[in-house]
Amino acid sequence: MATLTHQESATAEQLVVTDGARKTFITIIVAGVVVLILGILAAVLGWGAAGHGETAGHLGASAGHGVGASVHHEGSPVWLKRVLVSLWHSNVFFLGVSTIGTVFMAINYVAYAGWSVMVKRIAEALSAWIIPGAVIMLGIFLIGRHDIFHWTHDGIMDKGNPNYDAIIAGKSGFLNLPFYLIRTVVYLAIWAYFSYKLRQLSLAEDQLGGTVWFHKSINASALFLVLYAVTSSMSAWDWVMSVDTHWYSTMFGWYVFASWWVSGIAAIALTAIFLKQAGYLKALTSNHLHDLGKLMFGFSIFWTYVWFAQFMLIWYANLPEEAVYYNQRLGGFEGHYTGLFFFNIIINFVFPFLGLMTRDAKRQMIIMKIVCIAILAGHWSDFYLMFMPATLKGESGFLIEIGIAAIFLGAFLILFTRRLASASLVPVHHPFLDESIHHTT
Amino acid sequence: MTKRFAVGIFEDEDVLLHAIENIRAAGVKIYDVFSPYPVHGIDDALGIERSRLPIAAFFFGLTGLSFALWMQIYMLGFDWPMIVGGKPHIALPAFIPVAFELTVFFTCHGMALTFFTITGLYPRFKVPVMDVRATDDKFVMAIELDETSSQFPRLTQLLRDNGASEVNQKEMTNK
Repeated sequence: MATLTHQESATAEQLVVTDGARKTFITIIVAGVVVLILGILAAVLGWGAAGHGETAGHLGASAGHGVGASVHHEGSPVWLKRVLVSLWHSNVFFLGVSTIGTVFMAINYVAYAGWSVMVKRIAEALSAWIIPGAVIMLGIFLIGRHDIFHWTHDGIMDKGNPNYDAIIAGKSGFLNLPFYLIRTVVYLAIWAYFSYKLRQLSLAEDQLGGTVWFHKSINASALFLVLYAVTSSMSAWDWVMSVDTHWYSTMFGWYVFASWWVSGIAAIALTAIFLKQAGYLKALTSNHLHDLGKLMFGFSIFWTYVWFAQFMLIWYANLPEEAVYYNQRLGGFEGHYTGLFFFNIIINFVFPFLGLMTRDAKRQMIIMKIVCIAILAGHWSDFYLMFMPATLKGESGFLIEIGIAAIFLGAFLILFTRRLASASLVPVHHPFLDESIHHTT
Repeated sequence: MTKRFAVGIFEDEDVLLHAIENIRAAGVKIYDVFSPYPVHGIDDALGIERSRLPIAAFFFGLTGLSFALWMQIYMLGFDWPMIVGGKPHIALPAFIPVAFELTVFFTCHGMALTFFTITGLYPRFKVPVMDVRATDDKFVMAIELDETSSQFPRLTQLLRDNGASEVNQKEMTNK
């Protein structure tokens, strides 16, 4: 758009989701189902022992050592446990990324930011997954909570019961079923309500014009950000940290938020690039990509900062009840997670840091695309590392987990693109649209 | 060495940007433009190449990182090994905060010093200024003249045609 003059203004653009794109999404889901079935078969029949250490023989060997992974199957068989845990894992990841769309928009409203108007509709559309994600989350919790959350076991908080655990009983004021469910519903309701509200205001602005919608959006955003700051942190304790019921970390809320946030920005940037390459978003330039790239670069460092702050204090103090968390990940379960632990730092810090360091890298679609995909995959595996050691000990693998993630991805993309296609890709009456069109960095 | 300049004063940012485009299109080389605040798009309009400061910054950072790691590993690992908190002598996680701080320290100081040296903006007693109003509310465009200043009348006309509110001739002595 080098020839764009000062008088020209952007016109509405309507996304058409082609049959080819729809087929791709369905293919992702089908491939996910196939991988999932293969994974379940592998877990039940004991294939793939060398790769994932999930066969009876391997487990027998580790149990034989007497230290580290003591494998006792309580509740469901391993494959079902793995399915439930990875459903929860992928859902927490996708639900978080989905909500980041609204958070991103709210921050830009409150900051009176103009540059981001060009990608605003993408951020709006991300939140299409919140309601389905919320339903799935409550469903999994009601069906499979015993396999995910240790603290929900029967009798674990009753003195005299063989299951009694004094530490968990001490947390019963916070971690009890009714309060947990109320909190979860409240978080999801707040996120869903404000996503809906900001979307409605934005659509009304498209239809009717004027600045009144903009000011209303700012008020809603300011309120949402305050609530989100609290609920994002608390949801991280509830949904993620409470799988390690004995363990706690005061950095955890920020850590999970950083993971969601950088993934959300990567999702926005990736969508913007795909749309641009498909011929949409004509006024989107490398200047917008540059800013998104800067955010990805900066927040990858922020994630690392929080990750390291949590790690270093625990490493330094070396208190047994805290250090067990890294014990499990660094060498625990016969080194089951050690490789992934270091891979996590490389893909989420070293790669984006070096890859996006130069200005040119942030302005080139191909490099941005690669880094976006790496960040999304990297933070999915970051959540993998948060969930698996506590819930599955050394029994987690990758086939079932990746299969379920692919099913989520396909379903997410169908809803995401449907919402993206339901309104103009350019918010034509946004008061800062012109600023975004002429944005330079 | 003494240099002579035709100095055009502009009142408005947009007028200035259009004037830059027109004057460069007329084949005149602009020496520099001074403004009270950063003007968006002025680098492109003036055809200024991108600064190579970031490359210098990267190497300053690398220097700081290497220095910090060397310092801590040498001091705590070899020169005077001590056991702190039951950790090994060379306990890398404990070195990271200092390594981070020194990377930032070296980068920002190195960048600031490089910037001042290259641009000649380092603090000193006698500061060469084209027109002091460039620090207040005027935009100042300087075009270099040759020994005889013979082009001055033509440049005055060109600057005035493109919206300059006044045009002066200025001599600068460069040590």
